[in-house]
Amino acid sequence: MTETTPQALRAEALESLLVEKGLLDPATVDQVIVQYNERVGPMNGARVVAKAWTNPEFRKRLLADGTSAIAELGLEGAQTDKLVVVENTSDVHNLVVCTLCSCYPWAVLGLPPKWYKDPAYRSRVVREPRKVLEEFGVALAGDKAIRVWDSSAEVRYMVLPEPPADGRGLSEAALAERVTRDSMIGVEIL
Amino acid sequence: MSEELNGELSPPMVNGEVVFDAPWQGRVFGMAKSLADAGLYTWDEFRACLIAEVAGWEGLSQGEYPYYELFLGALEKVLAQKDVVEPAHLTARFEVFKSRPRGHDH
Repeated sequence: MTETTPQALRAEALESLLVEKGLLDPATVDQVIVQYNERVGPMNGARVVAKAWTNPEFRKRLLADGTSAIAELGLEGAQTDKLVVVENTSDVHNLVVCTLCSCYPWAVLGLPPKWYKDPAYRSRVVREPRKVLEEFGVALAGDKAIRVWDSSAEVRYMVLPEPPADGRGLSEAALAERVTRDSMIGVEIL
Repeated sequence: MSEELNGELSPPMVNGEVVFDAPWQGRVFGMAKSLADAGLYTWDEFRACLIAEVAGWEGLSQGEYPYYELFLGALEKVLAQKDVVEPAHLTARFEVFKSRPRGHDH
């Protein structure tokens, strides 16, 4: 089906010019879409988190150098030049944003949800993180510190959430299923 | 490639979310990524254009946030900067596509 909105036609016009110039293969574009829509997604991050919960040595490596640690799991990519993983603890809650555009750790979380790109989230999270968290249904104790991490082209952040209270004794695979995308952005507590 | 879509890398149900509201948004994303991978520009150069588009829209700041329109605008800008696609050339092609009879498909 051909889309007929102006944006769709403009995108189609651009693609047709690039294909004519021999600079773009539509099949490559198809592959990228499939890869990011279906293969690269938050389950990659969930595997990383569950491994960190069950393997203290891996957790140490992950917090010291996120990029190298996720490479152990075969995860890397153009957008993870430098991945920094920040750990939620009983004293600190971490929250990730990109105030300037929409930088996001694709390799571990896939493509960002719509609200992450929204101007309201991007500006408010810095100004009033506690209030924004409340709107996401996260009520933090008053004495818990909140750290907001602003992503950039050079550094992408991912939150290592605290494990669910009832997760004790679960296998790594079972724990991975409990990890949500939002918890790795920092807007959900497990 | 199809076998890679199965198994542990299949789309997650709980975490899953449709990322693109319309197919053209996926194409724009796919083009931007493919062309960066091909070395026509760096992702930083694209990002600089995206930041400018986002800032420009926020200066006006009305209506629903048209993220992928801004993304497309950034792609057009970076391709113009690199002398890959001339804006006038693109607009001409766009006009041709706009005047196509409805039901056209290819």
